[in-house]
Amino acid sequence: MGTPHCDRCHGRLQSRDAQSLQKVWAWLIAGIILFFPANIYPMLITRTLVEHTESTILGGVVDLVHHHAYGIAAVVFVASILIPIGKFIAIAYLALSVQRRSILNMHQRHKLYDFVEFIGRWSMIDVFVVAILSALVQLNTIASINPGIAALSFALSVIFTMFSAQSFDPRLIWDADRKDP
Amino acid sequence: MSLPPLKDLVACHHCDTLHTAATLPDGASAACQRCHAVLQTSRPGALASVVSLAVSAFVLMIAAISFPFMDLDVSGNHNATSVFNAITAFNAGLALPLAVAVAMFIIILPLTRLAAIIYAIGPLVRGTTPRPLARQAYALAETLRPWAMAEIFMVGVTVALIKVAGLATVTLGPAFWAFAALVIITVVKDQIMNRYAIWEALDKATQQAA
Repeated sequence: MGTPHCDRCHGRLQSRDAQSLQKVWAWLIAGIILFFPANIYPMLITRTLVEHTESTILGGVVDLVHHHAYGIAAVVFVASILIPIGKFIAIAYLALSVQRRSILNMHQRHKLYDFVEFIGRWSMIDVFVVAILSALVQLNTIASINPGIAALSFALSVIFTMFSAQSFDPRLIWDADRKDP
Repeated sequence: MSLPPLKDLVACHHCDTLHTAATLPDGASAACQRCHAVLQTSRPGALASVVSLAVSAFVLMIAAISFPFMDLDVSGNHNATSVFNAITAFNAGLALPLAVAVAMFIIILPLTRLAAIIYAIGPLVRGTTPRPLARQAYALAETLRPWAMAEIFMVGVTVALIKVAGLATVTLGPAFWAFAALVIITVVKDQIMNRYAIWEALDKATQQAA
């Protein structure tokens, strides 16, 4: 038997996850590494009768700006570039703040953690855009859109950072502050 | 200092602050003192609405998978797409695992969540004894919450539509509207679903059965 279980939901009970920070850093580093190929390699490969273009995540945003779709360009830019990078910084900051002193107080850090957990999944937008475009634009010789390798690395990067955020044990924030004089 | 009995305590799911559970009047809700997250709501009939919304979302999901989603038309050349095609778009080599991931995110996990909710809460609404493993089923529905991404898929579809709008004529199929309705229903359902109230109801039903 050994481990105690919750009477209500039968989940495993654990006061603190001792390996929390290890898991956070491992998933986070994996996520950051994958973010590079996700931005360097093409996300979409477009073939038409006359041309063959490959566009990266940032290239897609620039295209949208050229077509004057500023709102949508902003959505894609925020979801695919700002949120992932912001998440990397926020998770690394939270993990470091548990290990040393922090300028944000514990309530602010808790809010930051909640926000990171809530917002992370929205980065998947671009992967779904690629999925729909590649399914929709398949007109044999006239035009076709196919996913590039960046789609896979980007999706993995998002999934890994979601795991990273979930591995963080928010109770560590309280513990760290309790130890401070 | 001695604590009141465990079942009278509520820990905030955001910040872990302990509160004493209160018996709320109908329509009232109680929030955490420290972080203002909603802890308890008391809404008569909330369970019945959750189950009925989950059933409608389930039916709409079946419709969203079966009917054509969109149709592309460039000077007489057609290509009809279903949600299923969007998954199999990642069929080339290294992208194959992505097809599995997308299938999970937009169809399998949302369906699993809905089925688990119907399975766990359905009998409570009818006033019968909870099914075996009802607790595990509801716990699963809560765990899967961040991984069911139907609403994010819908935003992705909107972005894709704007990208092709200038180049081709796109006709929206019945599956598109089914999916849109499904997303709205899921959001409403998750809004009225209160964890504390559901666990309390499960506890009460189990006690009555024993």
